[in-house]
Amino acid sequence: MEKLVNEFSAGLFFWQIILFALLLWLLHKFAWKPILKAVEQREEGIRSALAAAEEAKKEMQNVTADSEKLLQEARAEREAMLKEARDIKDKMVADAKSQAQAEGEKIIAQAQQSIEGEKKAAIADIKAQVAELSVEIAEKVLREQLSNKDKQLKLVDQLVGDIKLR
Amino acid sequence: MRMTFVSKCLLFSLFMIGSAAFAKESPEVQGNSREAIKAEIDAFIEHHLQDSHDFTLFSYTDDAGEMHHVGFPLPVILWDDGLKIFSSSRLHHGESVAEVDGNYYTLYHSKIYKTNAAGDVTLDDHHHPTNAKPLDFSITKNVFMMLVTALLLLWIFSSLARSYAKHGAVPRGIGRFFEPIVLYIRDDIAIANIGEKKYKRYMPFLLTVFFFIWFLNMFGLTPLGVNVTGNIAVTTALAVLVFLLTNFTGTKDYWKHIFDPLGDGMPWYGKAILYLILVPIEVLGIFIKPFALLIRLYANMTAGHVVLMSLIGLIFIFKSWIGGPLSFGLSFAISMIEVLVALLQAYIFTMLAALYFGFASEEHDHDHGDEPELAHL
Repeated sequence: MEKLVNEFSAGLFFWQIILFALLLWLLHKFAWKPILKAVEQREEGIRSALAAAEEAKKEMQNVTADSEKLLQEARAEREAMLKEARDIKDKMVADAKSQAQAEGEKIIAQAQQSIEGEKKAAIADIKAQVAELSVEIAEKVLREQLSNKDKQLKLVDQLVGDIKLR
Repeated sequence: MRMTFVSKCLLFSLFMIGSAAFAKESPEVQGNSREAIKAEIDAFIEHHLQDSHDFTLFSYTDDAGEMHHVGFPLPVILWDDGLKIFSSSRLHHGESVAEVDGNYYTLYHSKIYKTNAAGDVTLDDHHHPTNAKPLDFSITKNVFMMLVTALLLLWIFSSLARSYAKHGAVPRGIGRFFEPIVLYIRDDIAIANIGEKKYKRYMPFLLTVFFFIWFLNMFGLTPLGVNVTGNIAVTTALAVLVFLLTNFTGTKDYWKHIFDPLGDGMPWYGKAILYLILVPIEVLGIFIKPFALLIRLYANMTAGHVVLMSLIGLIFIFKSWIGGPLSFGLSFAISMIEVLVALLQAYIFTMLAALYFGFASEEHDHDHGDEPELAHL
């Protein structure tokens, strides 16, 4: 302790107080004040930037939600349009089908009718020809069979024979 | 990070130069006995720890056996019936007597005494000079180093402040290294101990004291041979400033805590007895706190210097291939630790000062029955 007291130098103490006070004042004025102010401003800037970013994020979310909604609406609309189109197409196809069927049926009926007519005419024609032919044939047969007497008689016999008296 | 590495390298190389400078003294002591070397090392350490009136970088003895000191003189300022200013070169490291205005002065163990033309110094039984001591306001080595540190701090931090103005809010150059430290002191020392509301008015002091102590501690590790923060007058001055700041900014609650620590928690007749003991303890605490500060810094830095220099001294005692490198390795390790201690002591001083300021500026309207008694650290 005595050594400590002995070591104590009043002059050094004096200079230390003076120098330190001066240094404190100068540093405060030229360093600490501007430094701390700049740092605080920077921190304030960071804080406000973060807040702004947060705000922007929210806004962005809103915008996204809006566009999402729009998109959904558009999608629904498209869906509806497609459905309508499909319906129209189906109806058109169905209409065309039924019309075609009716047309076809009509054509078929007409065809059948005309076929029937043709057939009838043909049959009638055939009938007429057959009648003519059979008359001709009968004429020829008769002419041939009745060319001599025997045969005429034979026929008469046969015919008479066929006639069964009841 | 790069900065710290560079500064460490720088320190290390300076340390090497220092050792080399020391080594220059060795040839002349080679013939002497081991005891003589020990005595010389003792004297060297003693001399190193003390302040001096001139700035000696290193000394050597030439072939003729004459001591040479390489360095530069500093102004001596004395108050002895008027101001006396002269260069310390006139004292010749205590080897001659300086005559100023008819008065004679000489150096004895780094202190200036009034003497006669022959330079006689009379000693008492305790080997203390009985000569008159003029008031010594000299710019000593320590004062010079403080000036250098002050200018360095001013330069570094005003350039940091200017770089903010120039480059926006982004620090440049050396400021990149120091800005986080400034922020650390603000956030983890000042705000943590003093509180958001009042920390601002203590910030300049805390920052200044931290960097002042740290820089001087680091200078102490260089071979410049300065031991400013290991000087009791310097630490006392710092502690006195802490003491004054604490007590002049003390709030009503601070003083109430000292003179009425129990508050309304007890009837007056109970308090009267307790306060016979409590109040003196609290009052003593006002003085003990800064006193602990000054002793802690002084003792830590001085002890570091003594250990480091003793280990370097061991090299010259061993003078062998094993002892030399061993002591060198040890002193290198210790000097690395001292780099840490330099920072740590600055931190502790600042931290405790902030803690005391925190107590002083405390304001609370609630009962403080469960307040931690950190005040007596």
